[in-house]
Amino acid sequence: MANPLLEVRHISKGFDGTGVLEDVSLTVHEGEVLVVVGPSGCGKSTLLRCINGLERIDSGEILLRGKPITGEKRDLVAVRQKVGMVFQSYDLFPHMDVMGNLLLGPTKALRRPKAEVEAEAMAMLKRVGLEEKAHALPRTLSGGQKQRVALVRAMLMKPEMLLLDEITAALDPEMVREVLNVVLDLAKEGMTMAIVTHEMRFAEAVADRVIFLEGGVIVEEGAPAQFFHHPKTERARQFLNTFVYEAAKKQSENSADA
Amino acid sequence: MDWTFIQRFTPMYAEAALLTLRMGLTGIALSMAVGLLCCLAQHYRLPALRQIARAYIELARNTPLLVQLFFLYFGLPKVGVRLSSETCAVIGLTFLGGAYMAEAFRSGLEAVDKTQREAGECLGLTGLQNLRYVIFPQALATAVPAVCANVIFLTKETSVFSAVALADLMYVAKDLIGMYYKTDEALLMLVAAYLVLLLPISVVFSWLERRLRYAGFGRAA
Ligand SMILES: Nc1ncnc2c1ncn2[C@@H]1O[C@H](COP(=O)(O)OP(=O)(O)OP(=O)(O)O)[C@@H](O)[C@H]1O
Ligand SMILES: [Mg+2]
Repeated sequence: MANPLLEVRHISKGFDGTGVLEDVSLTVHEGEVLVVVGPSGCGKSTLLRCINGLERIDSGEILLRGKPITGEKRDLVAVRQKVGMVFQSYDLFPHMDVMGNLLLGPTKALRRPKAEVEAEAMAMLKRVGLEEKAHALPRTLSGGQKQRVALVRAMLMKPEMLLLDEITAALDPEMVREVLNVVLDLAKEGMTMAIVTHEMRFAEAVADRVIFLEGGVIVEEGAPAQFFHHPKTERARQFLNTFVYEAAKKQSENSADA
Repeated sequence: MDWTFIQRFTPMYAEAALLTLRMGLTGIALSMAVGLLCCLAQHYRLPALRQIARAYIELARNTPLLVQLFFLYFGLPKVGVRLSSETCAVIGLTFLGGAYMAEAFRSGLEAVDKTQREAGECLGLTGLQNLRYVIFPQALATAVPAVCANVIFLTKETSVFSAVALADLMYVAKDLIGMYYKTDEALLMLVAAYLVLLLPISVVFSWLERRLRYAGFGRAA
């Protein structure tokens, strides 16, 4: 296996005295896609937010390429230039057009020449099928388009790793696919990612490894084929069953509509 | 109505209007600077400074400008600080306006979604870059209507400058009434002068607000 890119060692995190993450440890290797699943409120978002320093951890340690990125001497700006993150709510900057959104990080944070980044941005937009939207304002885009722009914005920083937090959760079903395809593409190219998702089919397709989080602790960890089809723990089985039920419900609703 | 009177004293009004405008603009510009500092001190919860800003805002907003000016012009000399009428006027207006501007800016900053700041942080922007490129433009767009209202409010407040012997519009009008008993003419010219000052500002501001609204500023993406 390749080198560990990210190591999370025994981290704990609470809000106002209630523990949210307890003694969580995990490793993501270079080129690996880690998928984190678990019931609502189990701490998935908190875990990702701790990794790039949006939340401060209470104890433990996080290392990027062997170097600690938590603790007193941490340089958050440097970490965030290497670890990109995309949220459920896209969070494009509403006062800038798409190109403005894409250029901001590379030209200001990385101080790269504008013309060079612009060319890269156009190429990336083209790849995700949005080249004609380069000068559109975010509010004129559909949810799926916004989320693809958000992905491109994160990728243009050339991060060593991407954190994706339920990036399709706010999308209409027909837009989910166009966004997930982009992520699958990135995975194929060897982008290292930690992904939180409720799309189990997608999770299985994209994951190299799956972590099941419940109540702030890692309950099960394994290869996708094993986790999704033969979970070891009873709790993981129950969790996966809720999706079977939801899929069945959706199907019967659809056939009722027809 | 005595039109020759009006004609004769129009230059005097024009001069006073210019003075009012100059004092007003200086005071308003300084108000914005003070307001910005106070608002940042509060927004970033800077220890001590934040409490000072809060206390100042309450003090400034809950005392009349006239009282503030009297304090500066008649009170301070008693402790050996003598300021000119113009200095008093500008300081007084800044003292009052700073508090109102601080509140306007604060409402703007608070309207920017927390996730916008996080999105900026996630792009590796420094705190200052994030403020400058992501947060301020959106906060300002939201704050514009309140800031415009403050500018008009403060311009009108300049009418109490005459109380500290500044030869502003109000002063000239009172003077003329005192000297010539031409009350109607003097007051008519006073009203006209204020309208000439304020209407253009008002029109520009409505245009600005409309423009910002259509640009979709301050709305979540
Ligand atoms: N800023 C905060 N202050 C207080 N409590 C918080 C905060 N952020 C999260 N929590 C709490 O921490 C717990 C875990 O939240 P988190 O958002 O990480 O869950 P999640 O697994 O991402 O859930 P979901 O699937 O619904 O997104 C929840 O109980 C939540 O209420
Ligand atoms: Mg979440």
